[in-house]
Amino acid sequence: MEFKPKILGFLCNWCSYAGADLAGVSRIQYPPSLRVIRVMCSGRVEPIFVIRALENGLDGVIVMGCHLGDCHYIDGNYEAVNKFKMLQKLLNPIGLGDRIRLEWVSASEGVRFGQVITEFTEHIKSLGPSPLREKEANQQLLEELEAIARVVEDFRLRALVARKRKITEEGNVYEKIIPEENYEELLEDAMNAEVIRSKIYLNLQIGPLSVKELSKRLNLDSASVLKHIVTLRQQGKVALDRIEGLTPYYIAIKV
Amino acid sequence: MSNKEVRIGVFVCHCGTNIGGVIDCPALTEYARTLPHVVFAQDNLYTCSEAGLAQIKKGIEEYNLNRVIVASCSPRTHEPLFRATCQEAGVNPYYFHFVNIRDQCSWVHMNEPEKATEKAKDLIRMGVARAFYLQALEKNQVDIDPRALVIGGGIAGMTVALNLANRGFPVKLIERKDRLGGLLNDLNKVFPTLDDATKLLEIKDQVLEHKNITVFTSTMIKDVEGYVGNYNITITKGDEEEQFKVGAIIIATGAEVLEPEGLFGYDGKKVITQLQLEKILKEKTLDAKNVVMIQCTGARTDERPYCSGICCMVALKNAQLIKELNPDAQITILYRDILTPGTEYEKFYRDTRAKGILFLKYSPDRPPYVEEDHVRVLNQFIQKEVQIPADLVVLSTPLVAYEDSKNLAQLLKVPREANGFFLEAHVKLRPVDFATDGVFICGCAHWPKDINDTISQALGAASRASTILAHRTLEVEGAVARVNEELCVGCGICMKLCPYDAIARTEDGLAHVREVVCKGCGLCGASCPEQAITILHFTNDQILAQIKVLMEGE
Repeated sequence: MEFKPKILGFLCNWCSYAGADLAGVSRIQYPPSLRVIRVMCSGRVEPIFVIRALENGLDGVIVMGCHLGDCHYIDGNYEAVNKFKMLQKLLNPIGLGDRIRLEWVSASEGVRFGQVITEFTEHIKSLGPSPLREKEANQQLLEELEAIARVVEDFRLRALVARKRKITEEGNVYEKIIPEENYEELLEDAMNAEVIRSKIYLNLQIGPLSVKELSKRLNLDSASVLKHIVTLRQQGKVALDRIEGLTPYYIAIKV
Repeated sequence: MSNKEVRIGVFVCHCGTNIGGVIDCPALTEYARTLPHVVFAQDNLYTCSEAGLAQIKKGIEEYNLNRVIVASCSPRTHEPLFRATCQEAGVNPYYFHFVNIRDQCSWVHMNEPEKATEKAKDLIRMGVARAFYLQALEKNQVDIDPRALVIGGGIAGMTVALNLANRGFPVKLIERKDRLGGLLNDLNKVFPTLDDATKLLEIKDQVLEHKNITVFTSTMIKDVEGYVGNYNITITKGDEEEQFKVGAIIIATGAEVLEPEGLFGYDGKKVITQLQLEKILKEKTLDAKNVVMIQCTGARTDERPYCSGICCMVALKNAQLIKELNPDAQITILYRDILTPGTEYEKFYRDTRAKGILFLKYSPDRPPYVEEDHVRVLNQFIQKEVQIPADLVVLSTPLVAYEDSKNLAQLLKVPREANGFFLEAHVKLRPVDFATDGVFICGCAHWPKDINDTISQALGAASRASTILAHRTLEVEGAVARVNEELCVGCGICMKLCPYDAIARTEDGLAHVREVVCKGCGLCGASCPEQAITILHFTNDQILAQIKVLMEGE
């Protein structure tokens, strides 16, 4: 059967949505792959929206806003960039990073709107249908995605991303400006750690496990698993279930 | 969400053949009927026509609808119309949802009718899913205080105050010095008319005598609280404090002339600034035959990269005046570039040249050198250093932002650019506004500018401010951000991110949205680490519901 890509687009009301309307008024023809959710600003798009869309089997997700510097809300789209970058970094390791896209289309760029959708549709076609159209066959991927979903809803990365412009431009609480590349490093470390913790948590939600069992499941050395367990216990997310012989078993605390 | 049963009505528009010629509207209507909570669906030739709107009202009445979906053109053009129809029929306008099946479907897939119909079905299914989660919202009214606060009593501030007062708005005019007039008090004559500066200062009396203006001299702003239409201002004069309310604020604090310490042997006697020359010319005590002026002193450098805009004309004006006073005077203007845009100023420049004043271009790499009775400078045309006799050297220094403009910026929560001047909301589209509603800018506090531009901008700022002050109330958009205080931890991220300073801290340290200022962009909600902020009308529930049903039917 012919692959008909289905793409979800988040369009900001002021530029991209207007650009999409203009494409219509100008009778620009583009593939019928796009389904649009209108938001007021591209900065409104929460990473979890994109993740839930992918989880549901959408073949691609595109976030569209005003060109940088032209945001109706002054600089909302800069936040969209920061959120998108984080999201792509989280999705790249599980092979879904290429299915999301961030584009700027102004209210006067009807032609460009058509081009962007056509091009992205072709790109998605070249990737083929999302593996998550077949959920049963891709449980592993679903679990990985769920781990990421928890991370983007959690305090740490949300705070880090929302504070990016402040700490790279104005300075942190100690009035120290962190250079962009150091920030990226910081974010990367935080992302890696949070994804692992999220996976540990999800595994411990199913039932109690020892560090050894966890390290086998996650393909990680025991030392780092233990380190994360300690953090998760401090955060009140994981508790000691029992000790068998000399081996402690941990379990997730349901919130 | 109310416990009332959700009853959705779907109206599919043919828009003549615009939609109906591509999409199978009857099939779409039939499909809508199968969706959850849809109790009524109908297709119309033109839903936006009188007859179409009547059908919506009839549907609402007969089927007791409490959610209305119209699938037609674009919310950008027709949402207000359908919302109003809902309201007339007793359904809260925020219970209305628009599905765009024309501009973003039938018109862009004209050759693929089946696929377009399929897409339209998806869009309607998404709309129905969202409609279930829609909430009724109210548009509240907020009172507006008709008074204005003008900060700065120079020509900019006085112009704003007088203009607003003449329109009938009470004005509080604050000046930090002990008299009104600002820099104009120190000027001799103004370009290009060569009128006495005192002539322009006549406005001072009008300001002081105006029944709608209260003038506070030797006064500083201590505190500003509140938001558009409702500011609480605290001012201090000596040890005394006073509080009052205003509805709009105009910044007209001006700028000061750079004191060129350490530049070109500046000593205030034989090497002086243009401002000091103004005083000498005013008192008619000039005693110099050979005068050299050095342009761009301390301007257009790494430290101060901007052009102050007015110094060329100031130098030309003073050169002409000296020549008038003493026709035998030898005046040389050392410049980097001459900036005299417009018909009047360019003519003034040509006239100055015609009066025998010499112009010599210097390079910033080889700046002039001031010595006992002459100035040495490289003549770039002959590539040779020349000595110009000088009894008096006049330095044209730029206007610089007041050191303490930072404090005012913090009090009013408005931005400044790198040189300390206030930064408008948009350089072209909103030149006297700030992103924060209710605060406006004019004059040299914004950027060095001459009196003409200052007055124009002041009139603009007064006009912009009156668009707020002229209303008794302000309507608050229903679709705004709302903080769940149970979840908020007071981290302040939202307050920092909000482009409109719409989020304030409560006494408990938590975030609170001033709904009248909020524009509903949703940035705070999408960024709140604790997910404590709901973006009304674009809630996570509403958006996730659309995502959830997207792949049904695949």
